Amino acid sequence: MEIDLKERVSYTLQINDRTYAVEDVEPRLLLADVLRDFLGLTGTHLGCEHGACGACTVLADGRPIRSCLTLGVGAKGLALQTVEGLAPNDGPLSRLQDAFWEEHGLQCGFCTSGMLMTATFFLREHPKPSRKEIREALSGNLCRCTGYQNIVNAIERSAQDLGENYS
Amino acid sequence: MNARQRRIEDPALLRGNIPFVADLHFAGMLEAVVVRSIYAHAMLDVVNVQPALESPGVKTVVTAMDLPSACGPIPMRLSPSSELEAALQYPLARDRVRFVGEPIAVIVAGSRYEAEDARPGVEVRYRPLTATTNVRQAMKNPVLFDTLDSNQVYQHRQYHRLVESKEPDPTLRQLHLSFSIQRHTAMPLETRGLVAVPEDGRITVYGATKVLHFNRRVLAGFLGLDVTAVRLVEVAVGGGFGVRGEFYPEDYLIPWLALRLQRPVRWIEDRLEHLQAANHSRQQEHEVDVSYDDTGRIYHLHDEIIVDTGAYIRTHGVTVPELTQGMLPGPYRWQEVDTQLRVVLTNKTPTGTYRGPGRFEGTFVRERVMDAIASTLHLDPLTVRQKNLLTVDTLPFSHGMQALGEEIVWDSGDYPLALAQAAHLMAKEEFPRRRAAASARGRRRGLGFAMFVEKSGLGPWEDCRVAVDADGRFTCWTGLSTLGQGTMTALTRILAETWGVSASQIRIVHGDTDQVPESHGTFASRATVMGGSAAFYSARTLKSRLQALAAPLLEAHPEDVILTDRGAEVTGVPTVAVSYKDLVEESVRQALPLDVTERFSASAMTYPYGVHGCELEVCPNTGMIQIVRYGVVYDVGRAVDRDLVKDQIVGGVAQGIGGALLEELAYDEQGQLVTGTLMDYLLPGFCDVPEIAVMITEVAPATSNPLGIKGAGEGGAVGVAPAIANALADALNAPPEAFTTLPLRPQDILRWSRMDQLPGKGAKR
Repeated sequence: MEIDLKERVSYTLQINDRTYAVEDVEPRLLLADVLRDFLGLTGTHLGCEHGACGACTVLADGRPIRSCLTLGVGAKGLALQTVEGLAPNDGPLSRLQDAFWEEHGLQCGFCTSGMLMTATFFLREHPKPSRKEIREALSGNLCRCTGYQNIVNAIERSAQDLGENYS
Repeated sequence: MNARQRRIEDPALLRGNIPFVADLHFAGMLEAVVVRSIYAHAMLDVVNVQPALESPGVKTVVTAMDLPSACGPIPMRLSPSSELEAALQYPLARDRVRFVGEPIAVIVAGSRYEAEDARPGVEVRYRPLTATTNVRQAMKNPVLFDTLDSNQVYQHRQYHRLVESKEPDPTLRQLHLSFSIQRHTAMPLETRGLVAVPEDGRITVYGATKVLHFNRRVLAGFLGLDVTAVRLVEVAVGGGFGVRGEFYPEDYLIPWLALRLQRPVRWIEDRLEHLQAANHSRQQEHEVDVSYDDTGRIYHLHDEIIVDTGAYIRTHGVTVPELTQGMLPGPYRWQEVDTQLRVVLTNKTPTGTYRGPGRFEGTFVRERVMDAIASTLHLDPLTVRQKNLLTVDTLPFSHGMQALGEEIVWDSGDYPLALAQAAHLMAKEEFPRRRAAASARGRRRGLGFAMFVEKSGLGPWEDCRVAVDADGRFTCWTGLSTLGQGTMTALTRILAETWGVSASQIRIVHGDTDQVPESHGTFASRATVMGGSAAFYSARTLKSRLQALAAPLLEAHPEDVILTDRGAEVTGVPTVAVSYKDLVEESVRQALPLDVTERFSASAMTYPYGVHGCELEVCPNTGMIQIVRYGVVYDVGRAVDRDLVKDQIVGGVAQGIGGALLEELAYDEQGQLVTGTLMDYLLPGFCDVPEIAVMITEVAPATSNPLGIKGAGEGGAVGVAPAIANALADALNAPPEAFTTLPLRPQDILRWSRMDQLPGKGAKR
């Protein structure tokens, strides 16, 4: 796909099983900025804007990507999932979110969306992880508050709660 | 697994539907970008903003020339001192820049993309001056400020002798060690940010935190407005650790621009700006001399402390240097303490507090010295510590040192017990076996400890207002901020336990200067001690009023009346109750309001303490280390919520590991910050932080507050560097002068590892 950088573009994005229209925007807009500033999905946070901290992680076709290093227009055709898609607004938290709550897997909560998205992907691939596997899988996400221990506890708890039935 | 008390802050954070400042949108909102100096030291000859003004979407570009005269330099909040006034920072550089990242201009445009596009259009003609990048050079180089005689902007000697002076005993041993601690800082995951919204002659600023009321006074003064016309609002905050929430240049510039343009203006710092412009911390050099006898008894502590404070004095004044000095002696009995402090200006980012300010540095120095003394005597480092620790019967105790305007008096504690507990927590008895097993695998294993005394509960006072309505809903208004610690969970717990009602009946209002008239804020591990005690007092008063109102209706003594979610009842008689509706009506009738404000005042801080233990393995070929066991014993006096205390300790240890091993704000000789991304400035990750065992004890309740609590925010960070350094020295049988420079890098470790393998060395194991 070729894009003229001076042309404004309109496109649609599939996010959390909904279709969002992004209308008449510059093609250079980052996916994170599209989500946050144009679609109001501000649960995805920006910690560094250079791909180092992982706070902005979202899932694209089930796999984690850095939304600060992805153009919005480049996410066309991908099934995106953000933190807002983990639990319905008026419904209960997901098991993973609930495990974070139970285990104090967050303090300020700024990195949490990225942690949840990376862990969601990881637990699908590794339903019964060891603590070492959890640490390695999440090592692309930084947290400055918790010292990580409670995040590992939360992911471990979530995996135990899910047992064999996770798909 | 034990069920933890769930934090009230968490559900919204987990859903991602509570706004942080960068999530806020207002109709007509503009965005600002700050243009910063690319030179460490230069005269500003010409700043031409015309090309930027012509860039698409740009609404205005301002420089120092546009600022009103009411806008002076940013004042000191803590430890103010008149000799420092000359080195305060103005919101925008006027004729000279003194560090890379210093604000020169602000561009406001329709979007951040447009504002950044316009940035090259701010043309700055610099005339470079010699950059001063280290403190030794700074003593000789030309002064950074024409009104100063020297770049040594502050000095302070604190000398105290415990016993009647005697001639120096010539039989005492002497040890001299040089220490250096690298520049690093808090680095919260959320950068700073503000949204300023003008409305009806008032200005509302979102994104404030920590010290809202102080910042409101400064901002109102600069804007020439009454404080009532300025409202500061805290939204969700992505970590503070000392750096966030101080009054920075942008805290004036953004509200001022919003008023000038009569439009909401948003500024969100990027990570490079944060690295360049938010407070740095920690950089110090220490020249230490100690004397001690052959049994390991310590006598004299002399330390010359040189602090690289950066290019300007910021809101903390000389808080960090003074705390380093004042708390240096630690939990030991020194006969004589002599400290000379020098605070020196350099062309680097200005500095402020970071979790455990002054104690991270001073604890590293003192605790490494204790192990060094032990190694010269071939004694166990814990034996040397036990010999010199202040004992229960000697507390309260003061070395006569001062910091934060008060004398440092260790109030209560059982230091020897904590040290014994730490040895047990770290399974020290069985360590020789573990060392031998590691040795068989070709790895060197070491065990190191560090003791610390922390401070908390800085006064002077904190207020709390509580009220109950006819539906039995309790509301609490507090001036405290929550930057991730779970402060509102802790307050709710204090209130719920005092009243005997469910946490779900309690709502906390905080972080809004329109809702809370005054507060000293959330810093220095003061929130739960000060605000929690105020909450307890106000809750107790409200409860006694409810009891007094209910007692006649229940035909009972007030002391026998208890509160529930439904109302008041007599203890043991749950069938008869008075509803909150009736109690509110009764309160109106008797003119006894169910809306109470109480103040808690404290004239002195209270001092928690503890011990860090670290066991690690060194690969002798690469110098890489693996921390295999880490433990902290922490006496918090009384814990409001032990899990929240543990969370603070574990998180603090992780930051301490960053400071000990990884993090450095490095500069080149021209004063360029060369660690400008999170790929150069290394934060500890999942695989860098080990599992941490925390033992919370409640041996020594504070005597200065009704709950007996001491703060918990900083003790996790302050003992890490010496515990690791001592463990390394133990593993490699290294001499006293080893591991006195932070961060502890693999190349330094390798150097001492090779020394250890020389013939004749290391034979004792």
